[in-house]
Amino acid sequence: MPITEYLLLSAFLFCTGIYGVLARRNGVLVLMSIELMLNAVNINLVAFSARLNNDAAGQVFALFVIAIAAAEVGVGLAIVLLIYRNRVGVNLDEIDLMKG
Amino acid sequence: MPVILGEAAAQNVAFGIIAVVMAVAAIGVVTMKNIVHAALALVVVLAGVAAQYILLQAEFLGIVQVLIYIGAVLVLFLFGIMLTRNPMRRTGEFDNDQRVLAGLVALLIFGVLAFLFHDQFGNDKLHLGQPTQTAAIADSIFRTYVVGFEVVSMLLLAALIGAIVLARRD
Repeated sequence: MPITEYLLLSAFLFCTGIYGVLARRNGVLVLMSIELMLNAVNINLVAFSARLNNDAAGQVFALFVIAIAAAEVGVGLAIVLLIYRNRVGVNLDEIDLMKG
Repeated sequence: MPVILGEAAAQNVAFGIIAVVMAVAAIGVVTMKNIVHAALALVVVLAGVAAQYILLQAEFLGIVQVLIYIGAVLVLFLFGIMLTRNPMRRTGEFDNDQRVLAGLVALLIFGVLAFLFHDQFGNDKLHLGQPTQTAAIADSIFRTYVVGFEVVSMLLLAALIGAIVLARRD
């Protein structure tokens, strides 16, 4: 089967993630959209790994991306929780503490 | 016309069905008004990604995807939702006022990516043979990419400690 199908699927997921990051204002929902983008990248990596006769390098990098994504979600949710506790909500457009 | 579907055709059909389900669920993640429903749509997308890994014969990655994303990350998200939902405004507006602009940007990037992929890899075919052995992945991690592996493990440790320090009550 053509590799472009997988690439187009991953591009679609990535662009949905971009839309979510730009259009959502809830911190948790923005983190979910970032997960969508990271998964799109992983599909790309694995598809190219299959294209190169199951070269293990692509899958190894996909594993690295999964590990980084897990770390990112942990720290991100901790930050969202901290903001929620110190202020009232998790709406990103109301968080302007560091605006000059 | 062949009576029995070939292996490649069956794979094509499976890919199409899973891809459509994933696309619909992904749009649900970024448009749903209920934040818990959005998280459940994310489960569908992540399970679809795992299924695509299996179709691409990356079995180990498929299992890891189910374990880490659906097992751990999603539970973390649900905890985050439960801990931060303001009971006073249960059905708040989750979108900001730049939806149209965001949609335009996403469409533009999708168009550019689709054109580039079609231009560069339009004639490339996947020849799926034997599945990747998990031993080959382990060899690759612990021989070629051992430095990267160590860096990632240190980063994971640092992120864990950082998350505890950030979220604890003192």
